[in-house]
Amino acid sequence: MKIIVCIKQVPDSAARIVVEGGQISWGDAPAIMNPWDEYAVEAALVQKDAVDADVAVISVGAESAKEALKTALAMGCTEAILISDPALAGADSQALARTLAAAIQKLGPAELVFFGRQAIDTDLGVTAAQTARVLGWPALTLVSKVDSLDGNKITVERSTEEGRQVLESKLPAVVSVGKDIGEPRYPSFMGIRKAAKAVIPTWSLADLGIETPKSHIRWPAVMSPPVRDITTEMITGNSPQEIAGKLADKILAEKVL
Amino acid sequence: MDFALSEEHRFVQQMVRDFAHKEVSPIIKECDRKQEMAPFVLPRMAELGILGICIPVRYGGQGMDYISLGLACEELEVIDTSLRVIMSVHMGLNSMALLQWGTEEQKQRFLVPQAQGKKYAGFGLTEPNAGSDVAGMQSTARREGDEYVINGEKMWISLATKMHHCLWVARTDPQAADPHDGLSAFIVEMDRPGITAGDIHGKLGVRAGSTGWIACQDVRIPVENRLGEEGEGFKIAMSCLDNGRYTVAAGATGLIRASLEASVKYAHERNAFGREIARFQLIQQKIAGMVQSYDAARLLYLRAGWMKNQGLRNTRETSLAKWYATDASFMAASEAVQVHGAYGYSDEYDVERYLRNSKGAIIYEGTSEIHQLMQAGYALNFRQDAPLRCELPAYDPEIWQE
Amino acid sequence: MSNKILVYIDQYQGTALPASWEALGAGRMLTNLYGGASLVVLVAGERSKEVAGQAFQYGADEALFADHATLADYRAEAYAAVLVKVARELAPLAVLLPTTLRGRELAAMSAIDLDSGILADVTALELQDGKVLATRQIYAGKALSKVVCDALPQIITTRGRAFEKPTVDPARSGAPTQVPAVLAEADIPTKILSHAAADGGVSLGDAAVIVSGGRGVANNPNLSPPTGLDDKQAEIWRAQQGFKMLGDLAGVLGGAVGASRAAVDAGYIPYEHQVGQTGKVVSPNLYIACGISGAIQHQAGMRSSKVIVAINKDPEAPIFKLARFGVVGDLYTLVPALTEALRLRLGK
Repeated sequence: MKIIVCIKQVPDSAARIVVEGGQISWGDAPAIMNPWDEYAVEAALVQKDAVDADVAVISVGAESAKEALKTALAMGCTEAILISDPALAGADSQALARTLAAAIQKLGPAELVFFGRQAIDTDLGVTAAQTARVLGWPALTLVSKVDSLDGNKITVERSTEEGRQVLESKLPAVVSVGKDIGEPRYPSFMGIRKAAKAVIPTWSLADLGIETPKSHIRWPAVMSPPVRDITTEMITGNSPQEIAGKLADKILAEKVL
Repeated sequence: MDFALSEEHRFVQQMVRDFAHKEVSPIIKECDRKQEMAPFVLPRMAELGILGICIPVRYGGQGMDYISLGLACEELEVIDTSLRVIMSVHMGLNSMALLQWGTEEQKQRFLVPQAQGKKYAGFGLTEPNAGSDVAGMQSTARREGDEYVINGEKMWISLATKMHHCLWVARTDPQAADPHDGLSAFIVEMDRPGITAGDIHGKLGVRAGSTGWIACQDVRIPVENRLGEEGEGFKIAMSCLDNGRYTVAAGATGLIRASLEASVKYAHERNAFGREIARFQLIQQKIAGMVQSYDAARLLYLRAGWMKNQGLRNTRETSLAKWYATDASFMAASEAVQVHGAYGYSDEYDVERYLRNSKGAIIYEGTSEIHQLMQAGYALNFRQDAPLRCELPAYDPEIWQE
Repeated sequence: MSNKILVYIDQYQGTALPASWEALGAGRMLTNLYGGASLVVLVAGERSKEVAGQAFQYGADEALFADHATLADYRAEAYAAVLVKVARELAPLAVLLPTTLRGRELAAMSAIDLDSGILADVTALELQDGKVLATRQIYAGKALSKVVCDALPQIITTRGRAFEKPTVDPARSGAPTQVPAVLAEADIPTKILSHAAADGGVSLGDAAVIVSGGRGVANNPNLSPPTGLDDKQAEIWRAQQGFKMLGDLAGVLGGAVGASRAAVDAGYIPYEHQVGQTGKVVSPNLYIACGISGAIQHQAGMRSSKVIVAINKDPEAPIFKLARFGVVGDLYTLVPALTEALRLRLGK
């Protein structure tokens, strides 16, 4: 069985994001594998162990994204590919999905593609469903558990607004995962050695055999969020009851209830 | 001269950092207060391969180099000294001694399960009446046919009640002209009849660790358990310390870093006289001091690790790294407490634990006083390192990783 | 292109999710901005006709519903096919959906089928040169970006509680129109095997009031756990008592209970309650943080709450910088006192 995981390299979530002159920068904060994608890699590796599959990890990004790909290799993925092309600068989620779909098809017959639920820079959460749609495969988003996987079907649990749902899908399928899928494993030392030695090929759009996919979304402006002018009022008193009374009055005065 | 860490080294650093931060950091304060090692720590470090990090794959280890060991120790001690102490005794003092001095049969019997983390290992040198004066030790090992009979008590032994294998040094020749030549080293399995062990509480620091005493009363071990030749015990013990104190140096460097990071964070958060205290020069002075000692300590231990990788004798360089880093970590931790003011004096913050932990490292694995004598001895030509019968194997990725 | 705005109403068992009506409100705002555009809704699934009928009272001009055996349970491919067909036939200026689990994926899939683009999880809408200019948060709210789609229809999902629900006009009514299902059962690749409802109570995303607890909730020194529990179990028992206390306060206020990541990781409360960067992002009217220090990751999840109240025994806790009102003190005496004080004043 062949499993593919799609990952993205993003700035560290603890990075201080600064907007200057309409540009975003994160100083010298490190770039890391999108945290949700670590869960996707883990989900893929659990299935790799269970059904003896190969796991290919791919990423669309700049040369520096090889760092994230190496981390995935160190965790246990079998091979890694970087997809990079200057024409992809400013690609929207639709163009990205079309690019990933082409790469997935080029990698050969795969049964399952894993994504993390969203990238923490764009916070879009649509790439999994869109890539599935381009491929014409079912999309199973926000999967919390894989109950079973065999040659032609997968059974998963999803968290919906109303609770939990168990569903069965034909393969091949695209799955996006959240935290409940299980804590990502650390890279093993053997994996670290393999990853450090690995040479990761880069595919351009030409290698994928597609024209530059069209982007329909533009980002004309980027801003800092409005600074909330908050004066914090500390409530004090001689007893919990006195404090609680004052606080209750203040809350009611704000007319938020 | 390339001062950059390799990609492999950076991955090792990140992996150990993530483990210690995610899994141990949330519970460490509680363990320190209770003076107990969290039960999951040893098995988890075993499971992740950390307990066998720099042992060749064919001996059950992970095949990484000695610099990786140092980096791992630095990351472990940032979270707590007790984690690094495990590496000091299990790997530095015991497993690496087996790698250096053990017969093939001893490596299979002891090193393999230790590197796999199936057995925990420790070091029995210090006695209630003999610390710096190693040659003054009183434990004996009397040869009887094809056995030795061990008697004696060791104290201040990390993992005393948790280890499976103890590298025990004892006197085989009470008549030796020079008492240094009368000592021999043994691997003693802790489940042999006649062995008792207990925990020691009430230590100033490393309270989340396991420290104790071990007593041997007519414990019989086969001749095959003797490490090296009779009379080599002192030389073996000293070479064990070359590796143990390397991990201490790396660990103390981590402690300086922990003190520095805590101080930087607090200096930005705490306000006084209308601004963050990071703006005041006397606070800045303390921070600068920590930066200086961190960078220096780090380079010293990495050099020692590099020398081990090359198969070069490094007794002097390792001693220097340990002495420098441990003294500096005590100072850094003390300054960190000061930066935190009254809050530094409370265990609500971590810096008081760093201070208490740092003091131990100045005492064990060679007191700072001993190291000063060693360094003066080298400089004044009173002391030379003669080649050892067995040297620590140089690192060779081809051979170690097959 | 027609002069219509299509709004997809996400519903479950005959009740529209509150966020759907908010999306309808945003749709009405767009019809006004586009000057005379009309508002069409689409509802799918079992009992969709009922919900479609309600849509008129919320301001819809036309209501379409798709109710068919193949649509009884929500399945993405089946519902997306209906939505895409309706969008192709209607050719609206924009398609709006709430950013619910179903809404987001339906929007995503439609954007591909319709060869357009998605403006996802937006918090504000305006019109510029005849195109929708949407505002959305990026980097967990550390920055905002304005986004535009240069194709039609513009597919937009609205963030929960960012747009006003329209006022219900019970006098307004209309007749919903049925539209057919598109995919035959044999062509739908998934099957629902079972459902299990979540523990009841107000959903975090919809709640107007959230009372949240952190690790500090497990430290009540005055509680004695029942005998026979080991240390970890006793800790969890204490934490559950603490969260029950917060639940009482939430109950008086008609709100939901949230938690910090630390509390969830410690096993005190299930992940569904986690507020923060790796949990849910919420923006209630009132957020009461009890025993939560206010780490950056947590702040990212609740920073846009209208009024924030913090109760913590540590005066240096970062949460106080975000709070409108703060109390330094013991939450075990303060929270019950606050519950009582509010109960009295709200006449409950």
